[in-house]
Amino acid sequence: MNQLQNFSKGLIKENPVLVLILGTCPTLATSTSVTGALGMGAAATIVLLCSNIVISALRKIIPDKVRIPCFIVLIAGFVTMVQMLVKAFAPALDASLGIYLPLIVVNCIILGRAEMFAQKNKVLDSAVDALGMGAGFTLALCLMATIREVFGAGTFMGMEIPVLIDNKISIMTMAPGGFFVFGLLIAIVNKFFKNKPKKKDFGCAGCPSAAICRKAELGEECA
Amino acid sequence: MKKLMSSVSPHFHGAITTQKIMLDVIIALMPALIASNIIFGLRALLVEAVCVAVCVLSEWGFEKICKKEVTVSDLSAVVTGLLLAFNLPVGIPLWQAAFGSIVAIVVVKQLFGGIGQNFANPAATARIIMMTAFSGTMTTWVFPDGVSSATPLAIMAKGEGDLPTYLQMFLGYRGGCLGETCVLALLLGGIYLIARRVITWHAPVAFIATVALMSLICGKDVGYQLMSGGLMIAAFFMITDYSSTPAENIGKLVFGVGCGLITILIRFWGNYPEGVSYSILIMNILTPYISRLTRAKPLVGGGK
Repeated sequence: MNQLQNFSKGLIKENPVLVLILGTCPTLATSTSVTGALGMGAAATIVLLCSNIVISALRKIIPDKVRIPCFIVLIAGFVTMVQMLVKAFAPALDASLGIYLPLIVVNCIILGRAEMFAQKNKVLDSAVDALGMGAGFTLALCLMATIREVFGAGTFMGMEIPVLIDNKISIMTMAPGGFFVFGLLIAIVNKFFKNKPKKKDFGCAGCPSAAICRKAELGEECA
Repeated sequence: MKKLMSSVSPHFHGAITTQKIMLDVIIALMPALIASNIIFGLRALLVEAVCVAVCVLSEWGFEKICKKEVTVSDLSAVVTGLLLAFNLPVGIPLWQAAFGSIVAIVVVKQLFGGIGQNFANPAATARIIMMTAFSGTMTTWVFPDGVSSATPLAIMAKGEGDLPTYLQMFLGYRGGCLGETCVLALLLGGIYLIARRVITWHAPVAFIATVALMSLICGKDVGYQLMSGGLMIAAFFMITDYSSTPAENIGKLVFGVGCGLITILIRFWGNYPEGVSYSILIMNILTPYISRLTRAKPLVGGGK
């Protein structure tokens, strides 16, 4: 796999949010405004990049049986650093992201990439994978946030949009609207970008993570 | 020689079609439609026309896009449009009414598989979504002479303002949504539907009786509780929807009682003055369980 493919798979083909359906919680919670979405995407990408590099570098040292706690500790360390930096240099962003900034620790995308990719690939590959996945996460977040902010609040990155500001559909910025836009985007991506799985492909073989999943390699079904 | 045709039951078909049933419902809604135009002025007709037109168009459009069989001629989209319009205030901006209609047909009905497959009542669910999305315009009640008026439930909840008399309530001269205010017209329509055997009495009677009983127990005015809010229109036209309510008579009774209890809970102890549409949605979700628990036992071989 060349590096370009390695990077671009995260954008659409294996988009962490819209295809792998990881990181749903921060996606729904922080996509109410484009600014917040960009901030969340950037923070998660930095953590993902650092954690992927370090986990990949330590992959031969970390014992297999305790790998999850090791990953969590490493990720938590990077999240703490990012959180301190954001608090110091972008307090407004810290206020708007609130609890979701420290919650990056348990973001499935970061743990998922550590488990599925970084622990069995070289450092450079893992770094490129992290950048691609981070970009895909940010892209999906921004797309959702654009739809929700423009129609729900009548603004784009805080700028008022002439007609829409008087005709807000405020449900779009609330939780139900988030779920709705999320479902809509997944449906569109499935329709236009994903090869439809053949009937027999339902199950592990049809899973977008099949190529990198341990259980699929062994031919086991993950429940 | 004819081939032997084998098919699953039922082998005998009545002459009843979805179209005929929906036509009966539309006829039953006509008194309320006329009443809404007398009470709220001709803008009511405009809102109703927009809702019906957008519902039918979005049903047609969605089925065309998804290459499904076009079911516009069964008139169910017309009924949904009318019911949704009856649940909107007269001053609602038309684009919001159109938005609600698209939500009702595309999101609540078609995405779940179209007629007969939707788990929730399209009109009630669209109304709830619109209440959340447009809380300002959805709670502004204006009469044709420009006087805005709170709904009786809101007046009772706040404890200030003049309540309309019983007669005004019965004829529908009160603040409220288009089709829900005129009890007389809704009763006429409901009795017509029961007489035509389109609906049975179980759910409406259970619903109304539960609200009446609970109001009595809680020391509230039974007459106002029964005649205000969307209770009457829901009793006859919304909790009798075929696809989102139980099919068995006992199930219908349970459904009606449940709707009544939730309505009372929201009205007396909740934040909103009115809880009918929420009660319908909550009971819609419980419908599969009610159906399973109240299913009639087969006479033989049913024990397991």
